[in-house]
Amino acid sequence: MSWYLTLPIVIPLATAILVALQRSGAAAGRWLSVGGSFLLLAAAVALVAQVWRHGVIVAQMGSWAAPFGITLVADLLSAAMVAITAIIGLAVAIYALADIDARREALGYHTLYQVLLAGVCGAFLTGDIFNLYVWFEVMLIASFGLMVLGGDKAQLDGGIKYIALNLVSTVLFLSGIGLLYGLTGTLNMADLHLAVREVEQTGLVTVVAVFFMVAFGIKAAVFPLFFWLPASYHTPPVAVSAIFAGLLTKVGVYALIRVFSLIFTQDIGYTHALLLAVAGLTMVTGVLGAAAQDGFRKVLSFHIVSQIGYMIMGLALFTPLALVGAVFYLVHHIIVKANLFLVSGVANRLTGSFELARIGGLYKSAPLLAVLFLVPALSLAGIPPLSGFWAKFLLVKASLDIGAYMIAATALVVGLLTVYSMTKVWAEAFWKPHPAGTAPVMVLLDQRERLALLLPIAALAALTVAIGLFPEPFVAFAERAAGQLLDPTAYVRAVLGDVR
Amino acid sequence: METALAILVGLLVAASVYLMLGRNVLRFLFGLVLLSNAANLTIFAAGRLTRAAPPLIPEGLAAPADLVANALPQALILTAIVIGFGLLAFTLVLVYRAYLALGTLNSDRMRYAEPHLDDDPKTMSQPEQQAS
Repeated sequence: MSWYLTLPIVIPLATAILVALQRSGAAAGRWLSVGGSFLLLAAAVALVAQVWRHGVIVAQMGSWAAPFGITLVADLLSAAMVAITAIIGLAVAIYALADIDARREALGYHTLYQVLLAGVCGAFLTGDIFNLYVWFEVMLIASFGLMVLGGDKAQLDGGIKYIALNLVSTVLFLSGIGLLYGLTGTLNMADLHLAVREVEQTGLVTVVAVFFMVAFGIKAAVFPLFFWLPASYHTPPVAVSAIFAGLLTKVGVYALIRVFSLIFTQDIGYTHALLLAVAGLTMVTGVLGAAAQDGFRKVLSFHIVSQIGYMIMGLALFTPLALVGAVFYLVHHIIVKANLFLVSGVANRLTGSFELARIGGLYKSAPLLAVLFLVPALSLAGIPPLSGFWAKFLLVKASLDIGAYMIAATALVVGLLTVYSMTKVWAEAFWKPHPAGTAPVMVLLDQRERLALLLPIAALAALTVAIGLFPEPFVAFAERAAGQLLDPTAYVRAVLGDVR
Repeated sequence: METALAILVGLLVAASVYLMLGRNVLRFLFGLVLLSNAANLTIFAAGRLTRAAPPLIPEGLAAPADLVANALPQALILTAIVIGFGLLAFTLVLVYRAYLALGTLNSDRMRYAEPHLDDDPKTMSQPEQQAS
């Protein structure tokens, strides 16, 4: 058994149990959460190093041989996703020190948070499609708890919509698994890669593929299925919004990438063309929706939708370069988007509102925060020296290479509209004087709070700049990850051994 | 038998879609219960229905002697039932809490998270005058 694979799941679960054992509301709980997240980061870095050096690594749970037992497996994409989960997990755990009130702590915020991280890591590491369903459920139930924890009216309202649509997606996913098992007789994803090719009724396989597309599409918030996201993401505390915005929809994107590169590649002309259309529409509706919003977090929520479109576009084009772009975009987006939500929380603390019309004057009174907003905002929009530029560049180049001019044009126009949206937030929240005439100053927060709130923001912004200035190692990493996705023989052989 | 189950699944899905399209959140929840049961039946039918023996291996043998039933779909369904039960129990409590807090089960009137521009926040979630 490989500890590299089990630790990223065991550490958050153990932390969750330890936190739950604390006296409710005790300060020890939040520090345990930070400590556990730190250990998770260490385990994730070890995992990435291991996969980078030795290729795909595999662990058979309970030593049951591959197609029969549950397999944990990490290729470069999985490892990278676990690492980015750990980074965001640590950043948000620190931010939560100053953001989560005592009442929510007493209700078990930190326990749920760690269970969420365990669920996300489990979903990235499993090599069994039914086990993927189980990890999705772990993640979902923890996210349900976090979404409505505290019980504000807006939270309950948003929570119902979030939960309702996610449960529908879960049922579709489950039906898809059942039908796929009926067709192939296996649940191991590497084994499915081989077994799907032997199914004679290819039409049925495509039908099942669409089941998975819709189920993961709801989770990933793609075009006709995203309505739960802007209805709910602006209602919970900022730390919760940030971890949701960073990670949860991206688990859906990861699942789409995994399933549509490993299992359902038998009818690319249909499935991936459908995905491409969905990607374009997702980008456009997301960015137009954002333009119509006037709340800080509501604008950001719609931008999640729009950005998901870019990642799906990379998957849908299905060329080596496009997949490199998709992987790069995934990592870049998680950092940037979580960071923007964190900034919105500080802006709210200083000015007293999320409504753009009611806030302002931050540039004058909190210039550091203004800079820390500009870095992820410009990166999101794809301004050259930052990470978002390279992500968009790779995707647009990939689409031009194969003559997909429509989607390239869409991506560029949506990028432009993203600049417009970010400019609006900048002008309203930072440049315009505060409507009430008060200058929001940093001194409103005490020293400890300032550190807990700004440290993660600054660290994530630094990471964005670092990826932007030195993209080569990240692109090289993404290239190898994409190579493994396009040619899964190494993955299959690592899981099944040399049986076939 | 497969045909009968397929028709049953179809009926369950049709009924659940009908329920879920209603405005009442509780009806949506009932629809979801039906839908998850339809999914469980789908797995059951997809795992092939046979009149075979239970999958037990007689003493002294390494493999079952006769054709035995496939235990895996049933294990999947059990897992799905347990998970589904937990999620639905949670959702039911949530709907109840939302009813207490927002004073309505009509999803059209649940506008707290996304108020209309012309909504007056003071009157938005007053309990409905008459339960409909």
